[in-house]
Amino acid sequence: MDPVLLVASIMVSATPILLAAIGELVTEKSGVLNLGVEGMMITGAVMGFAIAVSTGSPLLGFLGAAVASAVLSLSFGLLTQYLLSNQVATGLGLTLVGLGLSALIGSNYEGQRAPNLPKLDIPVLSDIPVLGRMLFSHDFVVYLSLALVVAVWAFLKYTRAGLILRAVGEDHESAHALGYKVVRVRMAAIAFGGACAGLGGAYVSLVRVPQWTEGMTAGAGWIALAIVVFSSWRPLGVLVGAYLFGGVTVIQLNLQAAGTTVPVELLSMSPYLITILVLVVISARGAHGAPGSLGRPFHASS
Amino acid sequence: MIRLEKRPQPSTLWTALTPVLAVLLTMIVGGIMFAALGKPPLEAIRTIFWDPLFHPQFASYSRPQLLVKAGPLILIAIGLSVGFRAGIWNIGAEGQYIMGAVIGAAVGLAFYPSDSVLLFPLMVVAGALGGWLWAMIPALLKTRFGTNEILVSLMLVYVAENILASASSSWLRNPEGQGFPGSRNFKQWPAVFNDELIANTGMHWGVVAAFIAVIGAYVLMARHIQGFNIRLTGEAPRAARFSGVNPVRIVLLCLGVSGALAGMAGLFEVTGPAGQISIDFGSGYGFTAIIVAFLGRLNPFGILLAGLLMALTYIGGELAQLMLGLPGASIQLFQGMLLFFLLATDVFTNYRIRFVGREVA
Repeated sequence: MDPVLLVASIMVSATPILLAAIGELVTEKSGVLNLGVEGMMITGAVMGFAIAVSTGSPLLGFLGAAVASAVLSLSFGLLTQYLLSNQVATGLGLTLVGLGLSALIGSNYEGQRAPNLPKLDIPVLSDIPVLGRMLFSHDFVVYLSLALVVAVWAFLKYTRAGLILRAVGEDHESAHALGYKVVRVRMAAIAFGGACAGLGGAYVSLVRVPQWTEGMTAGAGWIALAIVVFSSWRPLGVLVGAYLFGGVTVIQLNLQAAGTTVPVELLSMSPYLITILVLVVISARGAHGAPGSLGRPFHASS
Repeated sequence: MIRLEKRPQPSTLWTALTPVLAVLLTMIVGGIMFAALGKPPLEAIRTIFWDPLFHPQFASYSRPQLLVKAGPLILIAIGLSVGFRAGIWNIGAEGQYIMGAVIGAAVGLAFYPSDSVLLFPLMVVAGALGGWLWAMIPALLKTRFGTNEILVSLMLVYVAENILASASSSWLRNPEGQGFPGSRNFKQWPAVFNDELIANTGMHWGVVAAFIAVIGAYVLMARHIQGFNIRLTGEAPRAARFSGVNPVRIVLLCLGVSGALAGMAGLFEVTGPAGQISIDFGSGYGFTAIIVAFLGRLNPFGILLAGLLMALTYIGGELAQLMLGLPGASIQLFQGMLLFFLLATDVFTNYRIRFVGREVA
């Protein structure tokens, strides 16, 4: 197989998971465990598709997807931050609501085709033989996802706001005592995570497939959650993890298409099996780095 | 200004009241949603919640369906509730349900066309074992390596779906089925057909098992030392460890029970209402059961009621699809909203709402 095409398709296949995972990383860094990534992704997928089809503009589709998923994630924020509900249960609820909502909205759009998202050749760089077509001739969302990784890394490492976000995630009592608005910081982080998951979902329905089918994200949101664990909560680790899984997905799809003797079902389940394997290796190594207050409810007067 | 004040003990009144409040809120918001879809809201609500039981024409068909749908939901939710009480989040019941059905059916089909009376009990045991084995994967990974059981159990749902696909299209395919996917039909094999025990009630062995599970779970949680240990682990893990509760055993017990019950539910479903192993056998019961467990307040008798209510929304949803052309997905959304409103109103159970004047914090 042509290595140029292979690398290019790995990048396309990794982008949705990368977007969702980098968003969830920020959410978890603020101490909130949002298990609703799958629900937010599928909502982004359907909203992005619906908006892009009706306006003819993929750009508006991506924008709408990000806004819609951010709004949906704020309902999770309202419940967990203001009504102090259990984060695990609420995240599951968010996924179930998202799946239902997307199926409802999407039923009118089944069988339609998404408008084409043009490739953005980066001047000069895309003219480099082989490497140019491999790395510098993608649509803008691929570049955006990579830029987001760098931005999140720099934000967490070098900015004051990033420091506050990490402080809130590590120890919310102390952060509160220092006068930081724990709940507001977390709401912002949740919304950012939602917007990123929405972009990732829209990438699946507008670029990767590009069609709407019910339940099309097929666990990508859960894989994104696993990648955050894999990364030990570091942006660069998220990048590595997402591209690793993009690679596995592309290779198994190519093997399916090539018609090897390995059963199709075994190939289709391989990304999930490898996710489990990676989770086991990571947890066996004892590598942690999880934010100290992750998943714990915060109530100011308690 | 509104301030939340933590209650020393969760309010018993609100514990019972929040599910009712959540159902009412869901009806209201659901009604608005139906109106937005251009359907008459009141009629839609009545079709979902009233007509399956009392409609002069359809009720005779849909009333037995209530137990058929509630059986697996209750059986799975009971198992899940035991784990949730201990803070162990098995969200892959759908996978354990599928594996129970596949393994139980495979054991049965290996003896085709035997008409031994022992075969059906053997299949039930095999189904429970299949679900148990599937749940032991996250359990052992958690106890051995500390791997997160939420993600592992969920990933295994997708693995189980692929195993189901391969079973239905190759190794369990009906050899007399002209190459169509799907196993032999258990409805045409009287020795193992899980038929209605009493005609027109929908009562099959799975429903009986669900009732037994409700009582068993009540005894376990309220009267047995292991039930106490489970609750202690969930509410105060440190205290549990100090008092000598072995956390490894709790994880194995909780995941094992929920896996075995989900697997059994799958076996009863495949030999009864579904009739055969087929690609679309997985019906989402494993996920809906999570809602049932929470709606029933993780209490066995609450789960019984919640399972019946959720079954009603399934049947009513189908009826509304038929009579009002309501999209099938709206029921899925309806059920999701129910969980959301329940979690939102739960604030009243654990907190007291105080209205106070603005003050310096």
